[in-house]
Amino acid sequence: MSSTEKVNKKESKSTLKFKLPASLEEFFAKIAGLASFAFKFFIELLKPPYEINETLKQFFMIGYKSFPLVAITGFIIGLTLTLQSIPTLDKFGAASLVPSMVALAVILEIGPVITALIFAGKIGSGIGAELGSMKVTEQIDAMEVSGTNPFKYLVVTRIFAATIMLPLLVILSDAIALFGGFLAINMFDYTSLKTFLVSAMANITFSDIIPAVTKTFLFGLSIGVVGCYEGYNASRGTESVGIAANTAVVISSLMVILIDMVMVQLSSIIF
Amino acid sequence: MGDLKNEDEILRISKLKKAFGSNTVLSDVDLNVKKGETVVILGRSGTGKSVILKCIIGLIFPDSGSIEIFGEDFLNIKQDEKSKLRIRIGFLFQAGALYDSMTVRQNLEFPIIRQPDYKKSDLSGKVEEMLENVGLAEAIDKMPSELSGGMQKRIGLARTLMLEPEIILYDEPTTGLDPVTSNEISHLILDMQKKLNVTSLIVTHDMQCAKLVSNRIVVLKEGKFTAEGTFEELEKSEDEFVNGFFKFE
Repeated sequence: MSSTEKVNKKESKSTLKFKLPASLEEFFAKIAGLASFAFKFFIELLKPPYEINETLKQFFMIGYKSFPLVAITGFIIGLTLTLQSIPTLDKFGAASLVPSMVALAVILEIGPVITALIFAGKIGSGIGAELGSMKVTEQIDAMEVSGTNPFKYLVVTRIFAATIMLPLLVILSDAIALFGGFLAINMFDYTSLKTFLVSAMANITFSDIIPAVTKTFLFGLSIGVVGCYEGYNASRGTESVGIAANTAVVISSLMVILIDMVMVQLSSIIF
Repeated sequence: MGDLKNEDEILRISKLKKAFGSNTVLSDVDLNVKKGETVVILGRSGTGKSVILKCIIGLIFPDSGSIEIFGEDFLNIKQDEKSKLRIRIGFLFQAGALYDSMTVRQNLEFPIIRQPDYKKSDLSGKVEEMLENVGLAEAIDKMPSELSGGMQKRIGLARTLMLEPEIILYDEPTTGLDPVTSNEISHLILDMQKKLNVTSLIVTHDMQCAKLVSNRIVVLKEGKFTAEGTFEELEKSEDEFVNGFFKFE
């Protein structure tokens, strides 16, 4: 064996020793990519010029256009949750606690998480597909060569809009879910809206609402970052557009669940 | 090649190398382009012609070598300076790369209104003027999806001209078009050169276009330029590879 072959063999052995499986390497590369993408978002967000018109347009596209879907989902959740809770709690003579239980469940957990998952499906995939398609058809390159910063125009505006609009959508969704709960209770017995709301809010404090709202900003941020990252880094070819949209939904949904878990732990320590 | 030393040279590429994985695309590219000159790059498909253009504009970073544009070391300047320099360079993409969610008017306005020193007066009548230059004034309120391939390329050229670039890089401007439209685009490129005295670097396989617009042709083979000359000079070349571009059976 020649000395070069020996060195090569030695090198490949040492490489093998420290080499991570390809899937694990890909996983860490994606984490690093997402982290640096999010960091770049914060840097570019603060730097002028500000794309105000495009940001307002994204508020409309991301927020306003998602409202009907979020509203329907919220209404059905409130209605079904209440309908299923009444017979169970009635068995224990605790039917009067239904409004309170529904409000706690909706405001603390179900409202934010379900709305965020719906949002990830609609907005995460939309952003991933839109930016992926722009990448494939060289529209992002065209912006870059014309001296425009495509990251600022396309990415910062979308992530910012997602971060701001999701909490607003969650608040609306929670309100509609409570209204659904109110209608469900009225299917069994008459209750006025005022009585229902007083009963529903009796056990909810600011220390419940603050972490519940805070986590929705993080949900919005993560959905925006993941959607934009996947679309912006789509490789050439139409297949990559579908992959970008699909991966955006999968990762951002997972991020929502993970952030929720961490935030629940944190809020139980802090509050 | 690349041995010209002239104050008029506004683009100097030296020892450019680029590989994608184990595939070396550019091994040693040298090219100097003078102000007002039109240089056509010929070469077989997939040999790195478009890669050269994308390295020049900064969409692809070369592995080594240098690119000097307007006397600036383009590969080693800050991003802000690079953006400023890019405004002086136009790039016409192979498929036009029009923003498909915007109308033609918005496509043309887009690069202008995002310049830091933009004033509303910069736009007055400019969109209409550029569209008239490319013969598509009536398409101003259309969406890109309503335009044919040739029209999209013309609009792409109009958008490129909005920033009044001093150099225009054309990536296969006539590919995929019928001979009549190809001829129209070639004449349009020639008109723009005469009218605006821009320097052009054109990647094409269209020999009619090359004949019409070029002052000089360079031939890319195995990652380097192996032949250079006017259309007429290269037409008489005895090199089999070069000859292949000019002879049709």
